[in-house]
Amino acid sequence: MHLHKYEKIWLVFGIGSLVLFLVVLGVAAFAFGHQPPSHMASVDSQNLEESVFSKPGLEQINEDTYRARLIAMAFGYSPDTIEVPAGSTVIFEVTSQDVVHSFTIPGTNVNMMITPGHVNMAEYTFDEPGEYLVLCNEYCGTGHHYMQMKIEVTP
Amino acid sequence: MTQSNLAFKNVSSDLDIQLDPKDAKLSFVHIVVAFFAFLLGVLGGLLQGLARGGIIELPSWLTYYQILTAHGVLLALVFTTYIIFGFFFAGMSKTHGAFSDRLRKAGWIGFILTTIGTAMAATMILANEASVLYTFYAPLQAHYIFYIGLTLFIVGTWISGVSIMIHYFKWKKQHRGEPTPLFGFMATATIILWIVAGLGVAATVLAQMLPWALGMTDEINVLLSRTLFWYFGHPLVYFWIMPAYMVWYLVVPKVIGGRLFSGSLARLAFVLFLLFSIPVGFHHQLMEAGISEFWKYIQTVLTFVVVVPSLLTAFSIFATFEQTGREKGGKGVFSWLKKLPWNDVRFFAPFMGMLFFIPAGAGGLINASFQLNAVIHNTLWVVGHFHLTVGTTVVLTFLGMAFWLIPVVTGRKLTKSMNRSGMVTTWMWSIGMFLMSGAMHILGLFGAPRRTGYTTYQDAPQALEWFQGIFVSHTTVAVGGTILTAAGILMFYNFVYLAWFAPKGHTEFPMTPPPTDTPHTPAILENWKLWIGIAVVLILFAYTIPIYDMINNAPPGSPGFNNIIK
Repeated sequence: MHLHKYEKIWLVFGIGSLVLFLVVLGVAAFAFGHQPPSHMASVDSQNLEESVFSKPGLEQINEDTYRARLIAMAFGYSPDTIEVPAGSTVIFEVTSQDVVHSFTIPGTNVNMMITPGHVNMAEYTFDEPGEYLVLCNEYCGTGHHYMQMKIEVTP
Repeated sequence: MTQSNLAFKNVSSDLDIQLDPKDAKLSFVHIVVAFFAFLLGVLGGLLQGLARGGIIELPSWLTYYQILTAHGVLLALVFTTYIIFGFFFAGMSKTHGAFSDRLRKAGWIGFILTTIGTAMAATMILANEASVLYTFYAPLQAHYIFYIGLTLFIVGTWISGVSIMIHYFKWKKQHRGEPTPLFGFMATATIILWIVAGLGVAATVLAQMLPWALGMTDEINVLLSRTLFWYFGHPLVYFWIMPAYMVWYLVVPKVIGGRLFSGSLARLAFVLFLLFSIPVGFHHQLMEAGISEFWKYIQTVLTFVVVVPSLLTAFSIFATFEQTGREKGGKGVFSWLKKLPWNDVRFFAPFMGMLFFIPAGAGGLINASFQLNAVIHNTLWVVGHFHLTVGTTVVLTFLGMAFWLIPVVTGRKLTKSMNRSGMVTTWMWSIGMFLMSGAMHILGLFGAPRRTGYTTYQDAPQALEWFQGIFVSHTTVAVGGTILTAAGILMFYNFVYLAWFAPKGHTEFPMTPPPTDTPHTPAILENWKLWIGIAVVLILFAYTIPIYDMINNAPPGSPGFNNIIK
């Protein structure tokens, strides 16, 4: 196949930048651990009371690390408020008891899908005190736009 | 005798159609359904934008998510699919000769099945029994008639598609050793993609959702159904884009008075689209549990390969513009641009679509970028993004196409005033979309969610900000949406005029002459068995292990929940 000279230059430039871009993504992912939320554990969404989600809420792991086990449901989260001191790292472990939801904290990189039967995980360090809004950004039924919770970060 | 001769002359000039009139009719019914769906979808979009921005309140018998479902289904599925098949039937008849009676009949059966399916799904949406949005994610459950409607819709398009493919392969058989006409080559690549991708949605609807909605099974594997949906959902985007590219490759060069720069590259681009648009569905699932990072990354890599045919397309099209502009006497670095027919809607509308595709493509790279997706996943950014890709690039190209395709199939003329009306429509659509989509992109960066009715989250300060900015505001979205609606209504008027009221006469079906390199096109590009084989291998590589894992390590399934959540 005959290729025009400019075509060759354009293709080398295009394919070259593609490779460079993918290497950047790959290094960030596999060398620096910037992975999207992809937790592999599963639960029985119809019997959450018999799982680690029997008592959803906040649990302190060490001085400034907490684990928040939360249940997303139509149309809210259980519990609907958690409180941590500024500087805390919170590991969120979230599952759904009914349909697909999300767990999204606008203004942060915490944004994950919550599918029934699976547990998803994200981690965030709350340096700034204040009230953080958590919302559901996956349509989950007529009351979807009311679904929210609060994270209070105390000074 | 003289009289009857005269009468004959009149008839023949009345029916100055360059296609077999029976093929033209089949094409025309597709276009009619497309534009009625377009009007309803656009009006749904207006109501939804105003309600979302808190400007109006919907009456109690109409819910936000019901309109959202209708808007998505009517525009993204019905309008696009019908206009694409209208274009394909007409274009195949023009470039490969009239369809045989049997193949045309298959086209009609496809049309009727698709339309019955559309009517069934639409009825359930209107009855608020299928407010599951056009992604219908399990375990939200719609009425079973909705799923049967979807199945008929897909099967109907398969039948039409197969009829077009057989028409192409018949030509190929009769002209052994010759390169096939580009139109048929590209239409065939698009239809193969549609059929292969449709297998995913057919599998989830027939094997998972329908038995579950009918009560034959109690539970559904949610992750598997999502994965099968996105196996289909991403190639769906290319099913829209590839016919738009066909207009760019085959029609626009003729409209501007030139010929396509390179035929081999055009074929290569379409083969690459076929190969690399299917095994990439996970990039819609980057933020969900149950799929390992490794497989997500593999599909991210495969996703980005699509950059190559997109760059090829950009090169070919602009090379064609420059070549044509220079042949017409354009000199210097840019002055050939002046030689292009900027006042011709058949060129200008697709051109605006191309311009919008530059930011749209850049946004797409961000969406698919593995980690970066967390910032914008399921925010209004995504809505802004696909209103640029499908809603502007593809739609403006199809609107530009309507100005010659409708007169061609109805044997009418594109008048000067209609051309002017089309120019106004294009400008209004572009301005409306710039405002709406721009505001959506920025709101999304600030975290505003997509697919969400009017809410301030109990006056959360963050959420209130989304209503208060000058540009970055739901109000801007609604203003842009209103301009778009006006453009949409004007376009519907254009359609009605062109279809039934324009003066009878001759309109050219613009089709580029074969590119100069056609005789040297490598034969391998015509080897469909090879390309389908490679596509299957890529799909098996990207999906086998993750799907095996989803079935074997599945959590207990989910029962159905309707959208009201009882």
